[in-house]
Amino acid sequence: MTNLEFSALVATIAGAAGFLGALTGLGGGVVITPALTLLLGVDIRYAIGASLVSVIATSSGAAAAYVKEGYSNIRIGMFLEIATTIGALCGAFLATRIPTSALAVIFGLMLLHSAWQSYRAEPDELDGAKPDPLAARLKLDGTYPTAEGPKKYHVRGVKAGFGLMFAAGTVSGLLGIGSGALKVIAMDRAMRIPFKVSTTTSNFMIGVTAAASAGVYLGRGYIDPAVAMPVVLGVLAGSMLGARHLISAHPKVLRLVFGIVVGVMALEMIFNGFAGKI
Amino acid sequence: MKAWNDFRVEQIIGNLLRAGVLLSAVVVLTGGVGYLIGSGGKPAAHAAFHGEPRNYTGLGAVLGAAAGGDWLAVVQVGLLLLIATPVARVAFSLVAFGLERDRTYMVVTVLVLAILLYSVIGQH
Repeated sequence: MTNLEFSALVATIAGAAGFLGALTGLGGGVVITPALTLLLGVDIRYAIGASLVSVIATSSGAAAAYVKEGYSNIRIGMFLEIATTIGALCGAFLATRIPTSALAVIFGLMLLHSAWQSYRAEPDELDGAKPDPLAARLKLDGTYPTAEGPKKYHVRGVKAGFGLMFAAGTVSGLLGIGSGALKVIAMDRAMRIPFKVSTTTSNFMIGVTAAASAGVYLGRGYIDPAVAMPVVLGVLAGSMLGARHLISAHPKVLRLVFGIVVGVMALEMIFNGFAGKI
Repeated sequence: MKAWNDFRVEQIIGNLLRAGVLLSAVVVLTGGVGYLIGSGGKPAAHAAFHGEPRNYTGLGAVLGAAAGGDWLAVVQVGLLLLIATPVARVAFSLVAFGLERDRTYMVVTVLVLAILLYSVIGQH
């Protein structure tokens, strides 16, 4: 395979991943690394490096739109970014120390979790939660736009949310993914933040979290420009296209297809990891 | 007054993020086209990990190599711009919280910025 063919193939795969990721809201980044390693035989460390950089591109692009609409809570995001960036640094350092076969198995387990989550319905919003004194002191409570005008919400479980965010950051730094699903669990479940605010604020934080581990990856020579170039451009083009077609899509069918693809990739990553092929 | 400030900060952050992604995409694309014109016909080799050479990892070395006409280093400059975009967003937030005289969040933001700078610069 020549460099031109390799780039075209990677850009096509990344474009499809970005397109599906935007349509399903599941983030296409999770399939980039398994696709590169399983289909094209790219070293998992280069694949993770390229995927991590593409995560910054898509999350920053999407966050730009959400922030302007007023859904994201900048204070919640900034406060929790302390936890995610420290976690991301730990994850990145960990990634440079553990064998690639172990990385493949952990990646596969994370994919299994993603596949399972794509079947689950979005949880309901919760109302009337009692405010956490820590949340009030940190000015985390806010409002978000609804059809009937701005609606207030209170934040709970700040400490539990902070701890979960550290874990989300570690996973992100270790595997080069956005780990948006974990971030949403922390905010939606533990802190009882409205779903729309959780998802958009999580997206807002993903870029900063990924940047924290990207520095380590870059310094260690894990970011190969020839691999990252088609990945970043493909994912960006795909996700922009996907955001435009959001209205005409059938999310249920798409999520099912996405879930099956991710599930198959998960098993293959785990198998190859144990077989020592990665 | 405060709500207006927060609203305005959000608009500026939105524009900053969009501009950063757009700029880095243009630089990556430029470098990518140059690289494929020059080396598109050569065989691709990414299966074995060897760690990228100094030209593609050090901040100053990347800029030097890009100026010297290495197209992959130009791609790397674009990727550096991409990594810098969220860092710039955090730096801007520090200014914004300063203007709003929000001391608690100035401290929070300085912490986040310090971790980010350690990651990007502390590795070299």
